Amino acid sequence: MNIVEKILARGSGKSSVAPDDVVFADVDKVMMHDVSGPGVLKVFDKLKKQGIPVDKLWDPTKVWVAEDHFVPSADKMSAENIVKLSNFTKQYGIEKHFKYGMGQYGICHTISHEEAMVMPGDVYVGGDSHTNTTGALGAFACGLGHTDIAYVLLNGNIWFKVPETYYFKLNGKLPDHVMAKDVILKIIGDIGNDGGAYRTMQFGGSGIDEMSVESRLTLCNMTTEAGAKNGIVEPDQKVVDYLSQRGASNFNLVTGDSDAEYSKIFEYESSEMEPMIAKPFSPDNTCVVGEAPSVELDKSYIGSCTGAKYEDLVSAAKILKGRKVKIRTEILPAAISIYQRAMENGLLKIFLDAGVTVGPPTCGACCGAHMGVLAKDEICISTTNRNFPGRMGHVESQTYLSSPMVAAASAVTGKITDPRDLL
Amino acid sequence: MKGNIIKYPRDNIDTDVIIPGQYLKVHDYAELATHAMEGLDPDFHSKVKEGDFILSGKNFGCGSSREHAPIALSHCGVKAILALSFARIFYRNSVDGAFLLPIEIDQDAYDGISEGDEIDIDVSKNEIKNITKNQTYKMKPFSEIIGKIIAAGGLFKYKPDQD
Repeated sequence: MNIVEKILARGSGKSSVAPDDVVFADVDKVMMHDVSGPGVLKVFDKLKKQGIPVDKLWDPTKVWVAEDHFVPSADKMSAENIVKLSNFTKQYGIEKHFKYGMGQYGICHTISHEEAMVMPGDVYVGGDSHTNTTGALGAFACGLGHTDIAYVLLNGNIWFKVPETYYFKLNGKLPDHVMAKDVILKIIGDIGNDGGAYRTMQFGGSGIDEMSVESRLTLCNMTTEAGAKNGIVEPDQKVVDYLSQRGASNFNLVTGDSDAEYSKIFEYESSEMEPMIAKPFSPDNTCVVGEAPSVELDKSYIGSCTGAKYEDLVSAAKILKGRKVKIRTEILPAAISIYQRAMENGLLKIFLDAGVTVGPPTCGACCGAHMGVLAKDEICISTTNRNFPGRMGHVESQTYLSSPMVAAASAVTGKITDPRDLL
Repeated sequence: MKGNIIKYPRDNIDTDVIIPGQYLKVHDYAELATHAMEGLDPDFHSKVKEGDFILSGKNFGCGSSREHAPIALSHCGVKAILALSFARIFYRNSVDGAFLLPIEIDQDAYDGISEGDEIDIDVSKNEIKNITKNQTYKMKPFSEIIGKIIAAGGLFKYKPDQD
């Protein structure tokens, strides 16, 4: 069995599973946030009316909650959702609630690794499509909707069709000007935005061994944009070190068997990788930066679970150091712990000196909700994950997706720019 | 199950156009319905009728896990989506929450069915009848688990132990 099959077999109490088997797997961790949480509450209300008891969760210690989409509260309705979420966690005895304005908080997927909420080998589900991110720690990490999350909260398990696995092998260390974001954009461009649909996308090879845990998180994050059920990397010493530094212990490192089967293997050479962008209006509409259209950008956005981890900010700072931005540029570290490290290590000074507006952790502008949405006809280069019509604001705005280095270089020039021009 | 078709002849209708991100804070189902398809077709809410079906291309519902998407469509009266393929979370949400039926169709049905056509979907025979054009197409059968959850009326009414 491969790693995902082994995790799902263990979770469903079977000695083995194979693609297309339907299993009910026990869940080790479940996450919800200020959008899916109130959504789950609505499901609970509906269940109550149907006479299904909702007075007790299966295990509140396995549930954790983030505040990220509409925080700091964008308006009255958002503020009320935070109150509802707080009442919910209090009522059900959920202790792991990362509240904004009270120390560590951030985008749910970032908190999942920054706070070691998820461990290798876990069956982890979250009420958000980018739950896939956390597969980089060696967990089966999969996004679900409100009804499914409500089901998990009450029953502790959920059904899955065991996915077939596409294996993406990356050979060799990436060049300094190429980031994991470029690799995943290249892959999505190649297989299309339903190319991984219903499947696992697993990453391995010497290029992945060389990669930091944060880079692997970027890869797994955007498997969602290829339609995948989950993304995963087999856990190694780097994952153990990363999680140990964040207080975790007792690791159960599940890896695939030597005769593990994959339905398809894709091979990439790191030395051939280039900085990439995805043009409007789809993450699979990709090209190398060298072939980017010559557009006048209005804004550069460095934020989100995809593109505002600590390493992402370090990469942007390398380019922005001693330079001034030419277009509106916003940098929003994805969690307070990252914000703090950025402050301690001088990154915030580099950003502020360059003229950047630095904001608090939020999903706000990435999903077109608040705190930096785009006006009609505005064009943005962004380290986020989607560029569908209206994704980041007005339905006639445009978003180009890129790595933090490309977004930083483009902030300096006002055009889509290869970081090699400024490194 | 009979209804009329609203056709969007394109692939990748994503959740950002089905229900734009600014409405994710809204959890009132009736209010969500007034914004359904707003990112693609601002006239949708005025033209959709109770019992209508949407027909579209590949990868319908790609993007976010927002259950707001099937909720908004079902609370407009949409009973089924006919598409060449579906994104997985939208598909799952539609079935597990018992909001609407995601029906996978083939190219013949996609090409043959037009805006406004009256359709009769017979899930028991995996058949779609185009009453307006007097044509019949096959739908892809539901997988076993999906069929059982639909028959039960959603995931919470499905009892896996009785299998």
